[in-house]
Amino acid sequence: MYGNDFGSDQAADQHVPAPDEQAFAALLADEGRVEPRDDMPGAYRKSLVRQIAQHAHSEIIGMQPEGNWISRAPSLRRKAILMAKVQDEAGHGLYLYAAAETLGVDRADLVDQLHSGRQKYSSIFNYPTLTWADVGAIGWLVDGAAITNQVPLCRCSYGPYARAMVRVCKEESFHQRQGFEILHTLSHGTSEQKAMAQDAVNRYWWPSLMMFGPPDDDSPNSAQSMAWGIKRFSNDELRQRFVDMTVPQSEALGLTLPDPDLRWNEERAHYEYGAIDFTELFEVIKGNGPCNAERMAHKRRAHAEGAWVREAADAYAAKQARRTESVA
Amino acid sequence: MSTRDWPLWEVFVRARRGLSHVHSGSLHAPDAEMALRNARDLYTRRGEGVSIWVVRASDIEASTPDERDPFFDPAADKIYRHPTFYEVPEGVEHL
Repeated sequence: MYGNDFGSDQAADQHVPAPDEQAFAALLADEGRVEPRDDMPGAYRKSLVRQIAQHAHSEIIGMQPEGNWISRAPSLRRKAILMAKVQDEAGHGLYLYAAAETLGVDRADLVDQLHSGRQKYSSIFNYPTLTWADVGAIGWLVDGAAITNQVPLCRCSYGPYARAMVRVCKEESFHQRQGFEILHTLSHGTSEQKAMAQDAVNRYWWPSLMMFGPPDDDSPNSAQSMAWGIKRFSNDELRQRFVDMTVPQSEALGLTLPDPDLRWNEERAHYEYGAIDFTELFEVIKGNGPCNAERMAHKRRAHAEGAWVREAADAYAAKQARRTESVA
Repeated sequence: MSTRDWPLWEVFVRARRGLSHVHSGSLHAPDAEMALRNARDLYTRRGEGVSIWVVRASDIEASTPDERDPFFDPAADKIYRHPTFYEVPEGVEHL
């Protein structure tokens, strides 16, 4: 998608060996963008497949925590909005799988790798949505962090990924606002509603900060990714950007962020925040988060239970094709 | 059978009357009818289009990046095809 380059399958099979790093660096310097059938180093291709697939899986798994609240949304308006948002997440997953396929992989294989646990999705979706306010916190904080990460990806060196991200970012801004609005409504409601909003923010703040990944001095792949123009800013730079953006918004909400060390640093013109407990992040990545097993079980079940729909579509397409043939 | 076998379709969307169809992206679907419906749900959720084309990706023929330079070279040395090539005397307007 986004410009699959339409060579014959034969051409793909005869794909010439990857060019040396120097030729590729020259292409990046001259053109700034890499398109599907350009020669690219195997490591660049592999790194992109891993990142785009993980991103796609995250969009798909990310439907679950919010889907959990569709049937219990507090009003018809909220329910319609939440359904539209969850549908967007499915769309984002599909844009991204299509972008990954331009690198010569099959969506079906990527989905298999997710189901067998060989590929990951964002750890943030392994936290439960215990209350309605969590839907607000996810929109405001989780989608806010995601947008901070994703906006620079719109200028990523790989064309199909960058184009997918332009579309995703346009749609995400509604997601963040709807989350903010949910929390704003709750925090200006009864004291119980405000407490519920505060509790959700308390639980989602630190996991949201961890969405930016490990600190720069502990992020082995970042330097290569930046040299290739896939990543434009470091984990810590993006995390700081998110904190600076979010603190004033929390004040507008009348909610506090659960960090006693959070303060404005006049000299640096940034907010300082407390130390992040990354051992928790690594535990969740390893599979020991609160919902890892549940998310994967649900995903595998949904895929298996949808098999009859795929089979019916196949059967219908085959029947229509036969009819067209017999008429012709 | 599984989606593993579904062909890839390229989707082109006309944003509004008066504009051409522009490539929006791609999707998998078992047939053209499903490809159109899926394209509507995937690429026009916010009123982005008034008309959609879907084309099997395997039916598209494309120039290859490898021969990009020789293929497009003939245009490179014909700068007289651009209006800026010509000298216009001072004071001549509407030209």
